[in-house]
Amino acid sequence: MKKYRFIGQSTPRKDALDIVTGRTKFINDLYIPNMLYGKILRSLLPHALIKSIDTSEAMRLPGVKAVLTYKDVPDWKGGAIPFHVRVLDSKVRYVGDAVALVAAETEDIGEEALRLIKVEYEPLPAVYDVEEAMKPDAPQLYEQFPGNVLPQGVPAFGSHALQEVIIGDVEKGRKEADIIVEGTFAYENIPNPLPPEPPGVIASWEGPDTLTVWSASQGPHMIKVALQRRLGSINLHSLGSPVGASYGSKYMSWQYVLPAAALAKATGRPVKLCYGKPEHQAAFTLRLGSRIHGQVGMKKNGEVTFLSGEWLVNTGAFSETSQAMVAVGCGEVQLMLRCPNWRLKPKIVCTNRTASGQVRGFGGQELKCAFLPLLTMAMEKAGIDPVDFFKKNYVKPGDGYYWRDGNWWVYRGVDYSKAIERGAEVFGWKDKWKGWLKPTSINGARRRGVGVGVHGNADVGEDISEAYVRLDPNGTAIIHSGLAEHGTGQVSNICKMVAEILQLPLERVFVTPNDSRVNPFEMGPVGSRGTYAIGSAVIAAAEDAKKQLLEMAAPKFKVKGEDLETENAMIFVKDKPEVKLPWIKAIGNDQTVTGRGRFVPDFSLPNFMMIFTEVEVDTETGKVELIRVVAATDVGQIIDPPGITNQLNGCLGSAGIDSAIYEETIFDSRLGLILNPNMIDYKWRTFSELPEMEHVILETPFPSHSFHAVGVGEIATAPGPSAVLMAVSNALGVRIHDYPLTPDKILSVLGKTANKRG
Amino acid sequence: MPVDKKATQATITLTVNGKLHTFSVGESPHEVPPSHTLAQTLREKLGLTGTKISCDHGACGCCTVIMDGKAVLSCMLLTVECNGKEITTIEGLGDPVTGQLDPLQQSFIDHTAFQCGFCTPGIIMSAKALLNENPSPTENDVKEALAGNFCRCISHYHVLEAVMATVKKGGK
Repeated sequence: MKKYRFIGQSTPRKDALDIVTGRTKFINDLYIPNMLYGKILRSLLPHALIKSIDTSEAMRLPGVKAVLTYKDVPDWKGGAIPFHVRVLDSKVRYVGDAVALVAAETEDIGEEALRLIKVEYEPLPAVYDVEEAMKPDAPQLYEQFPGNVLPQGVPAFGSHALQEVIIGDVEKGRKEADIIVEGTFAYENIPNPLPPEPPGVIASWEGPDTLTVWSASQGPHMIKVALQRRLGSINLHSLGSPVGASYGSKYMSWQYVLPAAALAKATGRPVKLCYGKPEHQAAFTLRLGSRIHGQVGMKKNGEVTFLSGEWLVNTGAFSETSQAMVAVGCGEVQLMLRCPNWRLKPKIVCTNRTASGQVRGFGGQELKCAFLPLLTMAMEKAGIDPVDFFKKNYVKPGDGYYWRDGNWWVYRGVDYSKAIERGAEVFGWKDKWKGWLKPTSINGARRRGVGVGVHGNADVGEDISEAYVRLDPNGTAIIHSGLAEHGTGQVSNICKMVAEILQLPLERVFVTPNDSRVNPFEMGPVGSRGTYAIGSAVIAAAEDAKKQLLEMAAPKFKVKGEDLETENAMIFVKDKPEVKLPWIKAIGNDQTVTGRGRFVPDFSLPNFMMIFTEVEVDTETGKVELIRVVAATDVGQIIDPPGITNQLNGCLGSAGIDSAIYEETIFDSRLGLILNPNMIDYKWRTFSELPEMEHVILETPFPSHSFHAVGVGEIATAPGPSAVLMAVSNALGVRIHDYPLTPDKILSVLGKTANKRG
Repeated sequence: MPVDKKATQATITLTVNGKLHTFSVGESPHEVPPSHTLAQTLREKLGLTGTKISCDHGACGCCTVIMDGKAVLSCMLLTVECNGKEITTIEGLGDPVTGQLDPLQQSFIDHTAFQCGFCTPGIIMSAKALLNENPSPTENDVKEALAGNFCRCISHYHVLEAVMATVKKGGK
């Protein structure tokens, strides 16, 4: 394997010093002169018409500069296409829906003003269950979506975006099956990705048609694109700050940007709108609710003959990106299963709860968590080891699948069987797997079990990235790229790529401020696309810049550009390294060199992650403890060793593995209320509860870019939850599939409690 | 009712990162309101935004600072309760003259003991308070001391390596 100077070496993050000294400025650390603070009055009813709003008393409070209701906000609409979410509406659709907006001199005054707004509602019946919502007499959330079913399709994915999986002949598959299983399974605990930094934005108008937005989006350039579509033809100037984590959730940020923009317009002053944590947890992005009624046919040898089913997606009060997530989920399920006959039909349904949106796992995690219990029933009947099953069924080079654009793509990457085998070996699967519904060990009341899950995503090559690399004659390189640092270290990683190509010390490579006026188009670091998609654009730009530099220097050396090489900002003749000049001598100090790079979508290199889990269940208390996790993958080439282990460790958090153990947004379906919108009642893993964690990261070169790598961070959360269900079922010797597996459910399945949870 | 002149003119003093600050208590823009939490005062009055506010109710540890040697949650303390206290924030670690980092900060850099970095100042301050009190903790001691610090990216494993590496070097 090629040994690089920077790639694959542990190097400090470029932003490390700022982070450890507290100098990093996150969105709520910014102050713009003359800035006001925005606040949102939120509905306490799940579904109601606003009969009247009296804002007069709030307006009279000293320091209040604007109070806006549905009557006076601009007619901007958000939501996925067709745009359907007004900034404020005369109707509220969930507890937490926006009713009025306030801009005030201080946050405290803004909050006091909210209490002075008087609202009279006409309550409407509400509906929370995905199937109830589709019934003919169900309350209707939107006039334009009869039956509460949202139209499918994603214009950004092309005219025939994937909306379902229809392949082959399910009837034929039914005849060929040795085993047919059927059932309804769900992943509906709507866990919260819960980044520590709540969502926030500052909006400021410069004249009637230029809006500047500072946001905590992980894709600031997409804020520009998304808002320009939603606000009409305005100039949008988008600035990104470091993101206090997102896990996808802060990517499509129109939900809070539009209210801030409306307040800034009304007051003529910059407005900062940062959610508080309860607001973040009760009125911002949750995972999709996912339920599947399905059938799977399988041969005794583990060959899947057909899959048919209805995938019911509860998107809550509106669709943020649900159509796109369904399209990607439909693609991802095919990567896991080499099956000739499919009929998987999704439906996206609105209900009266906080909206679901983009989260790491992007549709695939939600679908898989609901679908795996069904699939494992068939595996159990066939008596096949799940590791063998996944090894047989995960996409192999030459296999095809429909991806989100509706096109048939053929996998041209590496065979992941080696990663699976190595993962099983490191985990000790052969010793620990005792068969379906058989514990690995029993020690009094404590029973151990093991389980495994798998996930992969072809979005590593999604969408367009553009980058410039500008060389300064003083021997520095500046990367123009519009990606925000949101925790993966991707900004540092593109610096490593450029440093490697130019053989410049890492300290001499910089990235421009995240400003849409400075940088070209960048979709942003989502879907693990940082390494391949963003990386490819940056690599191409660096190679282009290097070529131009050497050609510009060539006359000085009286050779051709191709005869020259550069290292540490010196240019030298390849076979006469003693003939050398610093960049500044070779090209002068009165010009710069700019290379350009562009990546166009390629869905032929899906990544892969298998997660092995071992759990211990206390049959007296019902507590499930995660003992050990092994994540196995093949990434072609590690870019940054500590970065990738950090990302893989992330399988626990951000609504990942723990959404099978204790993470849930507890929803009261009598009041339509989220009961745990705070960080005490919403459970999360602490330092004192860490399982043993080990990773198997193979580096089989990929046909991707110069460094033969693909990204993998985004998918770390997805395989875990279903693996935990399998492990707990095996530990207990009885199937259990009700996420999350809290002690009450464990005791209930063991017949140790009289009351069912309700 | 007679106005209590003393109360209206109350002042408080805080020593923050070695510097003495005197505030009058009140609702004017230049004063510290009695409702201000220490986190708010540090961030809004002193510009020390390294102290983060996340949950704002004492659950996540992002706002941790050191007060009279102990790690405290600055979102759970009213500034007026902190009169006369000595406070260290993330900005106050390291050598103010040479700019030399605290060994713990350097170790966090060396081990990439963070991802998004939002919770990092709070984690470093909790760890620093532990090491001040117990320079040679076990890994379990560190886990317990950091159990109140939320990290959603799951940088815990690297944080433990970073803290234990500092312990092994005797805090240097």
